[in-house]
Amino acid sequence: MKRHFRVWRGDASGGDLRDFDVEVNEGEVVLDIIHRLQATQTPDLACRWNCKAGKCGSCSMEINGKPRLGCMTRMSTFTEDETITITPIRTFPVIRDLVTDVSFNYEKARETPAFAPPPGLAPGEYRMQQVDVERSQEFRKCIECFLCQNTCHVIRDHDENKPAFSGPRNFIRAAELDMHPLDDRTDRKEFAQASQGLGYCNITKCCTEVCPEHIKITDNAIIPMKERVVDRRYDPLVWLGRKIFRRDQLESAENMAPSTTVGVAGTSGGTTLGASGVPHSSVRLPESAPIGPDGRMDVAELLAPQQGGLSPFGEDISFPLPPEYITYTHPERDKNQ
Amino acid sequence: MTTTASRPGGGKARAAITARTLRTDRWWLAPLVTFIGLSAWVTYATVRVFMHKWFFVEEYLYLTPFYSPCITDVCGPAAEFGTPLPAFFLIPEAAFTLPFLLLFRLTCYYYRKAYYRAFWLSPPACAVPDGHKTYTGETRFPLIFQNAHRYAFYAAVIISVINTWDAVHAQTTGLGLGNLILWINVIMLWAYTLSCHSCRHIAGGRMKHFSKHPVRYRFWTFVSKLNTRHMQLAWITLGTLALTDFYIMGLDANWFDDLRFIN
Repeated sequence: MKRHFRVWRGDASGGDLRDFDVEVNEGEVVLDIIHRLQATQTPDLACRWNCKAGKCGSCSMEINGKPRLGCMTRMSTFTEDETITITPIRTFPVIRDLVTDVSFNYEKARETPAFAPPPGLAPGEYRMQQVDVERSQEFRKCIECFLCQNTCHVIRDHDENKPAFSGPRNFIRAAELDMHPLDDRTDRKEFAQASQGLGYCNITKCCTEVCPEHIKITDNAIIPMKERVVDRRYDPLVWLGRKIFRRDQLESAENMAPSTTVGVAGTSGGTTLGASGVPHSSVRLPESAPIGPDGRMDVAELLAPQQGGLSPFGEDISFPLPPEYITYTHPERDKNQ
Repeated sequence: MTTTASRPGGGKARAAITARTLRTDRWWLAPLVTFIGLSAWVTYATVRVFMHKWFFVEEYLYLTPFYSPCITDVCGPAAEFGTPLPAFFLIPEAAFTLPFLLLFRLTCYYYRKAYYRAFWLSPPACAVPDGHKTYTGETRFPLIFQNAHRYAFYAAVIISVINTWDAVHAQTTGLGLGNLILWINVIMLWAYTLSCHSCRHIAGGRMKHFSKHPVRYRFWTFVSKLNTRHMQLAWITLGTLALTDFYIMGLDANWFDDLRFIN
């Protein structure tokens, strides 16, 4: 039987909701309907999808106004006469139809300092107890569908907060590493507060509501991180102790997380440069896709300068790297300890 | 059919969707219920706190939680901790504790969600636009003081001990329905206080290695179990507080008699 759909079609220059009547069969999900639309009425309808099993996080869209995965929204949850409205996720710039440019999330992820094992511990020597890593493992379930980023009103309704706010997905990353038994960095709380904009969150829990992996983002990651920041920053006893013993100056000189974000309260923004003019952090600057002189990407891969997708390391890098180019320094045990 | 790949990030414009929200479900119901519920409770509590009467049943030593500990000259036999404050209509009888209880509930992670959504409309519901032009969250004055929740929690623990004392004190007269109501209220208050997110953090959440602190890990596990019910407990305690207070008010005003089981 046919059901009524409204699908947003257009691109950055504009667009609108178009009406379609599409055949729906038993057991189908919204993504099946998108595919049927592509097969029958609108062969050029753009939609990002991959696994159809709720594990790749590609088919994020808004179905009847709610951020959902297209492949995990069963058609049986709607009544037969219900009009189903499908729009791209709102928070990010649209590329075409249901496809949006989610690079904001990757830029923010790149700014987060990576896992740092303790000095002297080589890969392969990591030993930890299940009870210690359990909390971090919950956050590893994240499929990066960015529904939480999309629904978070801090950036959804206030685009101007994007430079200062990393979003729930990156808060669970921060919590994952801060709770990790083998992570040796001690400044993750300061980083979350100063560079990720943890203070912008007002814990209205929409991220938890939309998470298709049912990660308790607010209760298990954001609130614990807020409490950890309170430990460091808003605890008057700790503050007094630091003032008396002058520990605040010592610590800030040693491991102050550089704020890579412009606009965060109390920071100047920009990556701090070392003496050699090389950024301290291993943060790689965002790269855009290869674009021709007309400002557009090549029509087909066959005409592109290289086949396949872009290397995540940049197209001008070949492996193995000469040793002097490697910025990784393996932590070594301090001889004085 | 022409295929033109536009540059990702080139346009930087969001999809032009005119509707502010496309949600078709009754998303306004939950914030509306919260708004009515919290408003009603706050109204009742304010009226009762400034009523300055019907708070103590001398015969059975029932003291309403809204007046505990009673420390003004109005208290009479209800005063357990002295009466350092004068009787003045603007001073509540529990002037030392009510501000902290208010602070505890105001900065509670659940109530914050509830009133940011229902009262401040920031946002009223998920994927429904914020009711405000600008937004800075809890990064600056005054909302940065939400981070003081932990200190309000410490105060709330002390106040829960005082409430427990009230229930024990009333128990010395025998057993009546009022005693049961007082005990249920106290148990629920403890459950709400201990299920607090700050408590969860202090109990063990702040640690990196649970395996090195097995006892605190068990505390943390216990508090975590309670913590998943924090919202329910927040509402249940509002209910038990109002009910306890109303029952004692009714007894003291002689609207009805206490149902006694012993004595």
